[in-house]
Formats: sequence, C-alpha cells, structure tokens
Amino acid sequence: MAKHHVTTTVNGDPVEYLCESEQTLLDCLRDELDLVGAKEGCSSGDCGACSVLLDGRLVCSCLVLGVEAEGRSVETIEGMAQGDELHPLQRKFLEHAALQCGICTPGILVAAKALLAKNPDPTETQVRYWLAGNLCRCTGYDKIVRAVMDAAAEMRGA
Amino acid sequence: MAHVVLIGNLRQYTGDVTALDVDAATIRQLFRKLGEKFPELAPHLEEGLAVAIDGQIYQDALLEPIGPESEVHILPQIAGG
Amino acid sequence: MQERVKKPQFDVVGTRPVRPDGVDKVTGRAKYGADLKMAGQLVGKVLRSPHAHARIKSIDVSKALALPGVKAIVTRDDFADQASEFVPAGEMLINYRDVVRNILAREKVLYEGHAIAAVAAISEKAAIAALDAIKVDYEVLPHVIDEIEAMKADAPLLQEDMITQGVTPAPTKASNVAKRVEFTLGDTAKGFAEADVIIEREFKTKAVHQGYIEPHACLASVSEDGSADLWTTTQGHWVKRAHCAKLLGWDVTKIRVTSSEIGGGFGGKTVIYLEPLALALSKKAHRPVKMVMSREEVFKSTGPTSGGTVRVKMGAKKDGRITAAEGEIILQAGAFQGSPVQPACMCAFANYDLENVKVIGFDVVSNRPKVAAYRAPGGPISTYGVESVVDELAEQLGIDPIDLRLKNAAKEGTKAAYGPKFGPVGLVECLEAAKESDHWKAPLGPNQGRGIAAGFWFNIGGETTVSLQLNEDGTLTLMAGTPDIGGLRASLCMMAAEELKVDVHKIRPIIADTSSLGYNFLTGGSRSAFSSGMATVEAARSIVKQACQRAAKLWEIPEEAVTWEDGEVRPAGENAGKHKPMTLSDIGKIAGKTGGAIVGYAAISAQGAAPSFGVHIADTEVDPGTGKVTVTRYTAIQDAGRAIHPSYVEGQFQGGAVQGIGWALNEEYIYGPDGKLQNAGFLDYRVPVASDLPMIDTIIVEVPNPRHPYGVRGIGETPIVPPMAAIGASVRRASGVRFFELPMSPPKVLKAMKAAGKA
Repeated sequence: MAKHHVTTTVNGDPVEYLCESEQTLLDCLRDELDLVGAKEGCSSGDCGACSVLLDGRLVCSCLVLGVEAEGRSVETIEGMAQGDELHPLQRKFLEHAALQCGICTPGILVAAKALLAKNPDPTETQVRYWLAGNLCRCTGYDKIVRAVMDAAAEMRGA
Repeated sequence: MAHVVLIGNLRQYTGDVTALDVDAATIRQLFRKLGEKFPELAPHLEEGLAVAIDGQIYQDALLEPIGPESEVHILPQIAGG
Repeated sequence: MQERVKKPQFDVVGTRPVRPDGVDKVTGRAKYGADLKMAGQLVGKVLRSPHAHARIKSIDVSKALALPGVKAIVTRDDFADQASEFVPAGEMLINYRDVVRNILAREKVLYEGHAIAAVAAISEKAAIAALDAIKVDYEVLPHVIDEIEAMKADAPLLQEDMITQGVTPAPTKASNVAKRVEFTLGDTAKGFAEADVIIEREFKTKAVHQGYIEPHACLASVSEDGSADLWTTTQGHWVKRAHCAKLLGWDVTKIRVTSSEIGGGFGGKTVIYLEPLALALSKKAHRPVKMVMSREEVFKSTGPTSGGTVRVKMGAKKDGRITAAEGEIILQAGAFQGSPVQPACMCAFANYDLENVKVIGFDVVSNRPKVAAYRAPGGPISTYGVESVVDELAEQLGIDPIDLRLKNAAKEGTKAAYGPKFGPVGLVECLEAAKESDHWKAPLGPNQGRGIAAGFWFNIGGETTVSLQLNEDGTLTLMAGTPDIGGLRASLCMMAAEELKVDVHKIRPIIADTSSLGYNFLTGGSRSAFSSGMATVEAARSIVKQACQRAAKLWEIPEEAVTWEDGEVRPAGENAGKHKPMTLSDIGKIAGKTGGAIVGYAAISAQGAAPSFGVHIADTEVDPGTGKVTVTRYTAIQDAGRAIHPSYVEGQFQGGAVQGIGWALNEEYIYGPDGKLQNAGFLDYRVPVASDLPMIDTIIVEVPNPRHPYGVRGIGETPIVPPMAAIGASVRRASGVRFFELPMSPPKVLKAMKAAGKA
C-alpha cells in the first residue's frame, strides 16, 4: 500500500514525511524525522516517555497515528531550549538533580511544560497528579516534583 | 599460620572440616595448599569465591598478602544488581 | 532534607555541581540503546514461545526465509552448544550451557516468552511476517510456576538431569531444586533455649521486575572480516563482549562494544538477550541489525527477581537481646538455576550481632523467565522476613523498635553471620539518626501507623580501568568504563577535580568503548563510584607526579625538589621561590614540546569495598473502607561513607526506597493457570507513580570507608532492602493487622482487615 504524505509543523518548522497507516507519531518522529528525544518505553500510553504536545495538548505520541499530525503543530523536547538558553524547567532539572538515567526526562519535561502553561502555580499535589502518567523508575519523583515547583516559581517571577 | 574458616557449602568438599590453620603468604598460596589438602575442594577454589582477610573481603585478588596471624574466611563471591 | 554531613574539608567533594552529561539529557540529545541508526540497517525481531513448557519437535524457517525482504534467520542451529561451566557474572555464577539455551531455546521452551528464533528483515512489517511464517512443532508439557509446587516430588521437571547440589549424600533422582546452601554460626538450639520470647513466621514475596523504562536494545554491525561493532544499552560492555565472544566463538578483540546511555538497569541489564542474536544476524545478512524489545517482551522474557518463601524464627531475652536466629529461604530461579539465594541467606541477619545463626536456602527452577540481578539481589526478600520478625519481637517485648535494634546492631568488630568481622560500619549511627529525626517524633493521624526497618548490602570492587588525559590547553578528558546510570560521571569528575584542584567543569568525561580502555567489570554491586572513583584518584595522582617530574626537568632541579601544593607545582627546599610555580594548565600547554602528552592511567582490581547499612522510616495510612495503603511520610537514612555528590546519593536513597514501596504495595508477576503472565505491561504491572508518593526525605550518614581515598561506600543497592519490612510494620500499626505476604495490595489488605474485624 502506498504511504501517506503528511505535512505538519514540528517545533515551529514546516516538515513533510511519508508514513504507513499504522505508524505512530512516535515512529514518525523517531524513524522518519530523526527526532529521537521522545522515547518508546511501552507503546501503550502507560509510561509517558514519548510525551509531546500536539496543538499545545499533551499526548503520548505512541497513541497518535503519524497521519493525525497532518496540518497540526507538534512540539517535542528538541524544541524546548531556545538557542543556548535552556527552558527554566530544563535548568531546574539540572540544578535539582531531577534525573538519574534520564530516559524519562524528555517526556517529563514536555509534560511539565504543558502543566505550567495551564497552571503557572501548581500545588505539589497538582504536580504529582499531572505527572502521574510519566513513569520514572530511578528518582522516586522527589527531585522531579521539587524541580517543577521551583521552575514554576521562577517563571512566575516569584 | 593463618586461621582459615570455610563458610557455607564448602564443608562438603572437606569432609566437614570448617576451620584449620594454613601457612600461606598470599591468597594464591592458600588456595594451592587447600587444594592439595582437599582435592575435592580444588575445582571450587578457582571461581566464585571471596576471601576475607581480617574482616576485609577480597575478590579476584590472588596476590593479596595474608599475615602470619590473619583470620581468613573463604565465602561465596558477592556481586549485586 | 536533613544532612549529617560534617563541614566538608574538601573544595569539590560534597558540593552539588551540574552533571556533565546533564544538558544532553534535558534536551533529548543523549543517545540511548534504541536511538542510533546506521545506513542500511535491518530490523531484528524475536519469535517467542507461547507455551510455558514444551518440547520443540522441529523448527522450520524455510517459508519465512523465502519471504521478500527477509535477510537472515537464526535458531538454535546457529549457536554451538556449550559445556556446563560456571563463570562469575554480575550477581552470581552463570552457566554457559544455560545461557545458550536462554538466548535461543534448544530442546525445550521453559517459559512463555522464551526466545526460539530471530529474524532480520528490511522492515518491521517484513520481520513480523517472517516470524508468523516460522513453523514450530511443539509437544506441550505440564508446567509449574510456584516454587513450593516445583519442589514437590511429582512436579514437572524442567531439566531432567538436575541433581540438587549441596546435599550429602547427593540425591539420585533429578528435581527442580538446583542447590541447597547453608550458613551456620554457633548453636541455635542453645540460643533458643535461652530465649524468653520466640517468634516463628512464614513470608511470601512475589517476583517483581526491575522496571527500567528503557527496553533492551542494540545495534550490531559485523563486517566481512568478522570484526563487529555493537552498540547496546548495558550495565557492563566488557562483560557483554565476553559473553557474546563465548557464545559466538569469536575472538574478544573482534567485538567492539559501545555502551549507549542507559535508561535504567537496576541489575537487569547485566544479562545478554538480544546482543548475540543481533551479531549472528548481522554476520549472516552482511548488514547492520537493530533489535529493540517491546515492553511485553521485557516483562515476559527478561529477568525479574525471584519471588519466594521465607521462614524466620528468632528468639530474644526480655531485655531485647536476640539469642538465636534461623531462616529458611526458598527462591525462584526462573527456568535456569541461579537465584540470588546465596546473598539472600548471607544478608538475612547481617544487621545484627548474633552468636547463634542458621540459614538454609534453596534455589528452585520453575517455568518462569530466568531471574536477573535486581538491586541488592536477594537481600530485600530475606530482610523483609527478618525485619518483620524483629518488629514483632519489639512489639511482644514492649521495647521501642529502634532500641531493640540498637541493642543488637552490628558494629565494627561484629562477626557477621556469613563469617568475617565488620570494619567500621554505620548501622548504629543510622539508628541514632532515625531516633533523633523529626520524622520519628512527629504525631500520627487516625488510621496511620509508623514502621521502621534496617537493611544491608555488601558492596564490591573489582576490575576497573580509568584514563585521564591532560589536554594541551590544560583541560582534562576522563575515560571510564563503568556505564553511568545515575550521576557517575559527575562523581568521577569531582574526585579528579578535588585531587587536581581544577574547576570540575574543565574535566569532560566519557564512558569509553571496549576497544579504547582496559577491562572494566560492570556497573553493579554498587561498585562504580567506589571502584572507578578509586581508579580516577590513582590516575589523577599519576598526573600530579608526571607534572612534578616535567616541571623539575624544565627548572633543571631534582624531582624531589618539587612539590604539589594548592593546585600548583612549586619549587621546594633550597629552590623555593626561584621559579614561578606552574599550574596544570601551564604544564598542559608545554607538555607536547617537553616530552609528550601527560596521561594518567589506572588499571586496578579495586579492593576494600565496604558495606552500607540503612534505616528507613515509613508512615502509612490505611483506608478501612478499601484496604488501600497510602505512604504519607518516608525517610531513608543511610551510611554513604562519603557522599561525593550528595544530590545523587539522595537520589539513590529515594529511588531505591520507591522501588521498595512498589514491591511492598503493588508490584507482582501474576500467572494464570495456563502458566502465562497476565500482567505484562505497565498498566497492570503497576510501578509507583508520582501521585502515589510523598516526598522521600533523606539523611546521609557518613562513616568513611578507610579503604577509599575519599571514604566512599557503595550506596546504590541498600536503599531497596528496608522498605518492605518498614511498610509492613507501619501497616500493622495503621490497620491493626500484621501481613506476611507481599504485595499488600488493597484487596488483600481489606480481606485481612475484615477477617480481623478491623474493617
């Protein structure tokens, strides 16, 4: 069967790719566009390592088909820093040592960015529930939650 | 003479001897002498054992010196996850 | 976060710089196992057994090979059989006869998910079509999953020639019991006769998976002359090289293994699964082959750790002195022998200074995936039983559980139940820190309880090589060979910076491949910061020595007349002040013109690893309506010897504690009557998520290890040892019911509370 031609926007850039009907957005990002920052941990939407924003909404890219990105806007971890300037979340993750192996980090950063866009002043409980779809097996989440709260405070100018 | 204690299942190869004095200056010499004394033990000394000299555990350290009055324990090798 | 770190005497050690590999990891740039691509690469996939136990009558790959786009298939026929030979690897001895059968089944499949064949094809679709076209003729056999069932005389036999080792006289009949081990000290009958209180209990724990978020993945490329490049996510690339060379019959030097960034391991990535298959496929297909496991494959076909049965009997006098302790530990090995029963036995009573101990262990095979190391392998299982009984002793004797432990705690000079005497250890200091903590004194709410438990792990050293190069601009490059899973590179650079008195960010570390550095044993046994740290310090001191020699030559004075002070080479003695001191940067700049580059190299077998004790305090709240246990407050206290980078030490405490919380409350392998795993995914195998947990407070205790230049102890494994018993004790006080089985999931807790009239 012929492949589908998809025209979309990734991290602000217009891109095109060809994909099969069953290829996920995660497959397309990783295999067709070489954007391997989103990780495949489960391909069932349970681990959140593949989190990206689709038109600003947090999704597991393993649960979205590649063809569904047609005409939409995708934001991945690769688009989070602006030039040399890390996003405050990225900086706070480093300062707080909020990662060990780092495999879940891209997904958690994208998810946290989506949270702070909706809620600039989340409580600890709100952070914990928002990130409940992103598994981390190394850190016990303590330093991740602290880093997100600290980044939120900095971004609010608090 | 170092005082040597065999831990765990090693006694099966020594006719239930679990403690003895051995004159050995290194772990390698100790293994050789134990192997001569207990031929059934010999193959088990080659891999998978740790040696504690005065409480300090050594692994893969055949040339480690043993003091004349040392207390030596031979136990299963330890690793981890 | 409370810290018991004394005011640091160091410039760098004990500070919290940003890790050198950090930016790559927050920007998505870091390359993990599945992130590398090679031109012309094929997709490798594995055919796996749908049966828990079956004889393989035939495997026919002819139709699959004929399909378009299928480039190579390997089966048992592509790997020579291996003699029964035990070699040390990771947590225990492994037998290549078993390993070659685990990577691809030979006579029988022994568990659901057991690999049978591997294919390489031009696309995932073509590879899956090929798997479907392979015809395997099975004779399905009865299976056994439970370890106690597997020990019965009439249980289905996995290996028809398995005679239990460690029993005299040797049994004449084969069984599923691979080994019996025994550790004894003193006379337990005499000890129990002296006891005022004796408690005897049986505990059950379930198999749990390491649960690393990154599935196993590798990319192999074999050239026509037989030289191979292997990119893989691993805890030890030299160890994997050795295994692959052995199974393929290739020279070690032909295989260059590069460890990718590793997305979690916890012991589970010390084992080979895909690598020899990818190499064999690439050799056959003459193209690179990439293989990545699915999450389902990770659960069904890679090592969980053992579930088991633990029987504990302990006696104590009224004053709390423990007079005797006995344990019987039966662990699942999975389909091939080699559970962590030996360390489980050795750890069981390591927390205590006891005169009379007897521990017996059994290593039992059943139709489950072969277990792999998981953080302090075996320790959490036996310690769960022992610490739970200690808690019950405290309750019956009316003694505070910290005081009871203090009365019996192992300390310097204590003869461990597994033989040798401990050097300086920090259990007493951890217990005292617990007693003084705000947490221990805080009030509890309704339906809440507080528990405490201690834990221990041995820690190891081993073969380690590090290279440290002074560059021409005075910066440094550090090459280590132990994969960095949680901040190792940061710690190594900090130790080098401390020695050399340079800015830590002037040192750039890499994890070198197997062709670029001497041998390194794997990252495991909590050894990497200890061993690679020791080698780094040695390499740094070598640089200092060479720098002094170089300066002496330049100044035309004897080497002895040069000293290293405050990060400078200075003329000393009668020459003091006669020459301008030189920094490493000065020396790096002229090294090339005065004899060549300065490189520090240390190839060592690190000895002197010291155990780490920890104490955890858990508060839980139990919902009497649903049986749900919620952890409301948690503190992990542990002796780190010396915390090089305290944030990553805390991170190990926190991460290990939370894995233990998952083990205690939710995680378990669930099998159906058909012998198939019913929860091979993160939805049904539920690891803790952020909303399940409170902050995990930490207290770093520092009783330095005298055998390490900075006092480092391994710290990665101990944190998973205490949580299950600490939570069990806490649930006991919150619910009024004592549990003897993990996980303490809501249905079980509710049922037990109802039975006890507490719900």
